[in-house]
Amino acid sequence: MDISTKSTQAPPPIPQPKVTEQKRAARGATRPGDRIFLGLSRGSGILLLAVMAAIAAFLAYRASLAISKDEGNFLTTFEWNTGAVPPVFGIAVLAFGTIVSSIIAMVIAVPIAVAIALFLTHYAPRRLRGPIAYVIDLLAAVPSIVYGLWGAMILVPYLTGLFGWLDAYLGWTGIFSWEGGAPRSMLTVGILLAIMILPIITNVSREVFRQVPQMHEEAALALGATRWEVIRMAVLPFGRSGVISASMLGLGRALGETMAVATVLSPDFLIHGSLLDPGGGTFAQNIASKFSEATEFGRDALIASGLVLFVITLLVNGAARAIIARRKEYSGANA
Amino acid sequence: MSTAIADKRPSTLRGARLPKWAPWAIAAGSIALGLGISAAAGLHSDIQWALIAALLHILGTYVIAARVENRRQAKDRVVTALVWVAFLLAVVPLASLVWSTVQRGVKVLDGYFLTHSMGVVPDSQPGGGIYHAILGTLEQVGLATLIAAPIGVLTAIYLVEYGRGNLARAVTFFVDVMTGIPSIVAGLFILSLMLMFDMQPFGFAGSLALAILMMPVVVRSTEEMLKLVPNELREASLALGVPKWRTILKVVLPTSMGGITTGIMLSIARITGETAPVLLLVFGSKFINANPFEGAQASLPLYIYQQYGSGETPAYDRAWAASLTLIAFVMILNLVARGIARWKAPKTGR
Repeated sequence: MDISTKSTQAPPPIPQPKVTEQKRAARGATRPGDRIFLGLSRGSGILLLAVMAAIAAFLAYRASLAISKDEGNFLTTFEWNTGAVPPVFGIAVLAFGTIVSSIIAMVIAVPIAVAIALFLTHYAPRRLRGPIAYVIDLLAAVPSIVYGLWGAMILVPYLTGLFGWLDAYLGWTGIFSWEGGAPRSMLTVGILLAIMILPIITNVSREVFRQVPQMHEEAALALGATRWEVIRMAVLPFGRSGVISASMLGLGRALGETMAVATVLSPDFLIHGSLLDPGGGTFAQNIASKFSEATEFGRDALIASGLVLFVITLLVNGAARAIIARRKEYSGANA
Repeated sequence: MSTAIADKRPSTLRGARLPKWAPWAIAAGSIALGLGISAAAGLHSDIQWALIAALLHILGTYVIAARVENRRQAKDRVVTALVWVAFLLAVVPLASLVWSTVQRGVKVLDGYFLTHSMGVVPDSQPGGGIYHAILGTLEQVGLATLIAAPIGVLTAIYLVEYGRGNLARAVTFFVDVMTGIPSIVAGLFILSLMLMFDMQPFGFAGSLALAILMMPVVVRSTEEMLKLVPNELREASLALGVPKWRTILKVVLPTSMGGITTGIMLSIARITGETAPVLLLVFGSKFINANPFEGAQASLPLYIYQQYGSGETPAYDRAWAASLTLIAFVMILNLVARGIARWKAPKTGR
């Protein structure tokens, strides 16, 4: 695109009869068609910025309406009682639940996703690689509500056995103790979120691993490295930042996931020491399940919690972008 | 096994190696052992014997490889085994998801289901259908596409063809950030507008939220496609004296049309499954409402959520059937989009 503008400006005043036309071409954007088109496309870009600004501004405004009337501490109260007089609500439980469930999801999903990405780039039989990658691509498109329905109807009954086993052998840690009841807890949410973000992390990691310079791998092989040593010395160092940003993208998804959490969790407003006991909640889940009974003030309070979620996801995504940008500077481009 | 090793020993440049069939043999052996152990211990879950077998496989691989080959080879083989196990571990839930949706979805999915609404059918009764939900989804997604696609494509054109300086950098950054907005936050934004003007839920409000989610995806994919158009084409056109806007409309866009269409279809597929904003803004309805600008509407993902939430067996059946319809719709969009991408891929000359 640089060249295109240069090409209109490049020929300096070559003596020609059509001076006026040359002048016009040199200034480029003075033609009415060009001006309109530039205006339209620039306007769209500005509109996009305006939408982002509006999101932040309106959420902040409605949130301030709610928080100013909050009798509890918005950050530390263990309660969500917007109907009470005076209203008391806080996001402590939601923040805890959102972070814990996302951490569980990341702990499960990232190693498996990296392994699958390696499988698809280095281990799978060559003929299978394309089709498997294609199927995983499609799975990334399955709507979250379907994951939620599957999680609630199929996964939850299946987890009873696992929960019993965890309670029996690891119950003494306190984190894995279980008092029985339906396994609709933070761990369930974490597992379901892990399954949901697996295809995304896998896809991005696979793209990164595919870009590893062939020379690096061949050099390692020529030195007698085994396949694992090639991966450890050539593939993983090259792909590390890519995998980190892929994980962050997955984390962004997990933090904001609504329906899958809302269908699987049986929420309450307590922080449980055990991951297996039902209860807790996440920002998005709380909004979805409290919304229909909420008054206008209740909705403002929910918007306030949404604002916190918005800020958290912005930070996570911004960090992911920063890592990608830094990688661009000294990536495999020099290979 | 021993003969194969004995044959190789004499050539001293390579150490002893396990024969090619060894991993398979170890896998078969550990599966048999896993089944045996769980039968002996009286375990009933499929997961348990599979996990035992996987553990045995990894351990067995290490021990055998370490004895016959060496430590480094053993480590290599263990990682290979681990990667395979991870792959199989991930396939199980994903396969189960697809399988159970298809298996349970076909129960009530038929022509009647697709062409009737839930109008007078209580949740606890069988019957009824998703016509109203399909109608609502198509209208909401259609309107969202009408808003988001032109804005997205124009923004991408701005970024690729004109964009320089601070504004372009800001747009690029915020498009990236916008991609990560949770769908429920987009819903809350429109909700805060509706609260200000004291409006009741209606279909178009959902479209607006969906458009916010769709725009950055369209920008990203279109941008990638426009960057693939060879600069020589632009230069040739400009050199012939064609104005820039006509160059973009007549040369750049047609060249990348296939890719742009793919991107838009993929983003449509993405927003079709969004539930949260629709839940907040469109609210759902049992009745057919063809007017997206007034009154609550139904939507397919929301229908699934509400049928599931009602907790009745016939409603569960309907939820599965609606899920199958939704997945089928999204998958067809995906497949067609990818087909177009392959068919119309711009020739990059490489």
